[in-house]
Amino acid sequence: MSDNKDSNPKQKQSADHKQSTNQKSSTDQKPPANQQPAQTAVLEPKRTSVGHETRRIDGPLKVTGKAVYTSDHNFPGMVYAVPVGATIANGKVTKIDAAEAEKMPGVHAIYHRTNIGQLFRVAPDSTFTAYTDEPRPPLEDDIIRYYGQYVALAVADTFEQAKAAADAVKVTYQEEKPNVSPKLTADDKVKVESHRGDAQKAFDSAAIKLDETYTTASQTHNVIELHATVAVFDGTKFTMYETTQGVVNHKNVLVQVLGVDPENLQVISKFLGSGFGSKITPWSHCALAGAAARKLNRPVKLVVSRKMSFHAVGHRPRTQQRVRLSAQPDGKLTSIQHDYFNHTSMLDDYKENCGECTSYLYSTPNLRITSALSRRNVGTPTSMRGPGAVPGLFATESAMDELAIKLKMDPVKLRIINEPTIDEGLNLPFASRHLIGCYKQGADLFGWDQRDPRIGSMKKNGLTLGWGTAGASWIAERFPAEVAIQLNNDGTARVSSATQDIGTGTYTVFAQVVGDKLGIPIEKVEVVLGDTSLPAGPLSGGSMGIASIIPATTKAIEKAVDTLLTAAVQSPLTKFSGAKKTELALTNGNVHRKDQPSKEGVPFETVMQQVNLNKISGKASSPGTFSGKKQSSMHSYGVHFVEVTWQEELARLRVSRVVTVIDAGKIMNPKTGRNQIEGAIVMGLGMALFEGTEYEPTKGAPINSSLADYILPVNADMPKMDVHFLEVPNTELNEYGARGIGEIGLAGLAPALANAVHHATGIRVRNLPIRIEDLMGEST
Amino acid sequence: MKQFTYTKTSEINSAVQEGSANKTAQQGAEIRFIAGGTTMLDLMKLMVETPNKLIDINHLPLDKIETTSGGGVKVGAMVRNSDLAHHPYIKSHYQVLSEALLSGASPQLRNMATTGGNLLQRTRCVYFRDTEFACNKREPGSGCAAIDGDNRMMAVLGTSDKCIASNPSDMNVALMALEATIHITGKDGDREIPISQFYTLPGNSPDVENVLKPGDLITHVSIQPMPPGSNSTYLKLRDRASYEFALASAAVITQVKDGKIAHARVALGAVGTIPWRSPEAESVLVGTAPTAENFRKAADAALKDAKPQTHNKFKIELSKRCLTHALKLVTTA
Repeated sequence: MSDNKDSNPKQKQSADHKQSTNQKSSTDQKPPANQQPAQTAVLEPKRTSVGHETRRIDGPLKVTGKAVYTSDHNFPGMVYAVPVGATIANGKVTKIDAAEAEKMPGVHAIYHRTNIGQLFRVAPDSTFTAYTDEPRPPLEDDIIRYYGQYVALAVADTFEQAKAAADAVKVTYQEEKPNVSPKLTADDKVKVESHRGDAQKAFDSAAIKLDETYTTASQTHNVIELHATVAVFDGTKFTMYETTQGVVNHKNVLVQVLGVDPENLQVISKFLGSGFGSKITPWSHCALAGAAARKLNRPVKLVVSRKMSFHAVGHRPRTQQRVRLSAQPDGKLTSIQHDYFNHTSMLDDYKENCGECTSYLYSTPNLRITSALSRRNVGTPTSMRGPGAVPGLFATESAMDELAIKLKMDPVKLRIINEPTIDEGLNLPFASRHLIGCYKQGADLFGWDQRDPRIGSMKKNGLTLGWGTAGASWIAERFPAEVAIQLNNDGTARVSSATQDIGTGTYTVFAQVVGDKLGIPIEKVEVVLGDTSLPAGPLSGGSMGIASIIPATTKAIEKAVDTLLTAAVQSPLTKFSGAKKTELALTNGNVHRKDQPSKEGVPFETVMQQVNLNKISGKASSPGTFSGKKQSSMHSYGVHFVEVTWQEELARLRVSRVVTVIDAGKIMNPKTGRNQIEGAIVMGLGMALFEGTEYEPTKGAPINSSLADYILPVNADMPKMDVHFLEVPNTELNEYGARGIGEIGLAGLAPALANAVHHATGIRVRNLPIRIEDLMGEST
Repeated sequence: MKQFTYTKTSEINSAVQEGSANKTAQQGAEIRFIAGGTTMLDLMKLMVETPNKLIDINHLPLDKIETTSGGGVKVGAMVRNSDLAHHPYIKSHYQVLSEALLSGASPQLRNMATTGGNLLQRTRCVYFRDTEFACNKREPGSGCAAIDGDNRMMAVLGTSDKCIASNPSDMNVALMALEATIHITGKDGDREIPISQFYTLPGNSPDVENVLKPGDLITHVSIQPMPPGSNSTYLKLRDRASYEFALASAAVITQVKDGKIAHARVALGAVGTIPWRSPEAESVLVGTAPTAENFRKAADAALKDAKPQTHNKFKIELSKRCLTHALKLVTTA
């Protein structure tokens, strides 16, 4: 934790108010003394792309097909593996007959529990360094706990042969009725997540109250790049090409599952076609591919099919949430109760932490949040973009809208009335919170003051309009990170870290930071990621990638520059010979005296050439922020304003317009940043209106397991999107004041949309997705 | 996908001759013609279709759209959906057909899919498409998993206790309203079948979907001109705005004379086990004024015999609203 944060919440509050009128230029902090620019005697404009619209540096590779994704890797002698999935959801395997399949053309082996060799469990881990959501290794026993659970693996010369062989494996089961019921009850102990005051007492005695239950559907990530592993084994060492959001974690899991020493397993993941959380931890297919490669001593490629993706690589679990709110007639909340369940698999304790934001989003003296799990015969759930907060906010922000209606109060005003001055859950000051600023700017941009609150009262072009809003929040934290920098004597720089770009722009932002710090164009920066042979970088998860890598990168650069300046003053061959290192600086790519402008200096590569150095390296690490006592409450915030159009005679609902304002600190690259938020808005539209994995009641199979049957938004569904960033940097996490933006854009979209639907139709839909039949009234 | 042999032919007679070795032209056929392949390949990958032999008929000389002397049109079976939809004569004379085609699938699929193949489009019932489930259409006598399963997308008209799968076609709903004629060449020569007699209800044999016999090859579809002064349209309702099968659709043709509907043709999509012509709606409409009230009466008549399943009761009302609105559009155009 840095020492330059606001410690006085009152002072912070006044900064908030000022900030809402002048967001761009204000910051949450005064520059600390030791970072005063006065240290440089000559002030000059700095060359930087940080904060500028910057194209992805990997864009040309991607649009020309030169970016090599995991399943693009091919090797001599490579064979293909296709898993056999259970066709029951509960019971056990009594017999596997592979005789016919083994004899089929091109088949190398059919593996099952008795012949694949031992695969091991992963030791418990809470640090996200060797973590998996499904610790049971594949084929550990004969018990089937979910539909599609792998029971065997066919390996053949071609994919088609392997698929045919997998289909020919005859599996006999002892089947029991699966439990995939969508109605959730607590199977384990109810856990109190947060409490203050006496919420029940306050609720019981309140005049104005609300008690409603909300549900969100089970969602499948449906990443466009299918999960895949290409496992290469050379007799000692594994090289695993993986679709992973965390190469380091992936490696640390696989060495345990496969039982090899860390130096004998390398994970590589250069490009990803998104992950949305489903690629954070390794799944069973990775171990199957590795085990097969070891058995056959051949490279093995395994691509998880779209259908298998619905049970084998995680999903966002179904949630059921009871929200109780009570308020005074003036709108002040007197209590909040948020009690939620999510379904989880039979073996794993995945919690969808719906109360993530509930304890600090609003001010209330009385609050109680509880969670519980409900076990079902489903695959292991996992994080999906904005886990916990996204479904949780659907419930709480729908409830706030319902409360506003009961109070006959504008929903924005209700939020302003209940804005807290400190994080009442943690009893800590907010490091940076501008939720009301988001509401005010969003309302302006949207034209919210024109809203007529009467149901169905607003019309345009023969359609009924519905306007709704909701707020959002998401964590702002850092993972530990290690980064290496290298200055080259041709004027380029190389930065490397074992993190990865999941499509969000990590390559580009890395180049921007290095370009900024060295003062060189980003074209001169080589970014090397996605390989565990590099210094250990962070997971791409929790919207923490960029915040995590900045401190280590800047420290590594400082070290390299220090070495450069040392070399410059030590050598008799440079013009700085004999100067003091502290008299020199590197600005705009030039080594120069601090009392002279950088253009009077010498390009760093010239210095290196003069001294005859090929490269100068620097490596540094920075700690994560999860451990240790918090001194402030650090989160990002956001607000969506949504307009829907409703045509009752056709039961046709469309989303026409979304205005989103995000408070996530400094935006390193507004181009990729806006792209993140727009993508999240579209995903939120899918969550609100279309998406839901349907578990078939008799067999427990996800029955809509294809992109034709699992409905996602298409281009024609996309509204006009207007995304704004408040950009109030807070430098507690890193010197730029950048926080992650991968998830915040999805949070709050679904309730804003549901609130708009209510405004248009008068129908309050508390169960997502909102479907046509929900809006057709009693006639259905 | 099962191993199969593949042959290509550019002659109608040889296609018919090769196809005649089939035991059935319905589900379970061991020999299949393949044209655009947009359904066939899909079902083969799912192991729902497991032919031993595919006969590629893409090179048959059946790719013309010809106007006939009476002002009608004769469409070759190999005419691609996109070519048919964008053909100037189709756009100007058979708006309902052009609109129906363009409401379906995606440009890529429409560039492949053919007129003949599209007439035989199969259901999207998830249980039909998943061989782990019972399905009387795929495997006669195995049962119907949809009846007790997730049946939101299923049919409400023409169902039986053996099958509730809905017909997902857009084009064929328009052709039903246009009273198209299907031209078939078979081992016993040529024949013409009105589209109203082409599809068969599931009844006790949902595996049989139409009147085609082994060796039968659809060569053309012909359409008579619509009555002078009539208007037509196709309206499709679905969850998302594009690229999805319908929850309800309607193809309507009306001719209004002296403030009364003189001619009406109505067909409904996505609610029937086959593309669903509604003579009940037509007879309500003819002779009445084109009013919202009469449209609703027609819609009520069309859905009078609808039988909902556990998850799709809303489709009845949705289909009524769809038809009512389509009639409004076509009579106020």
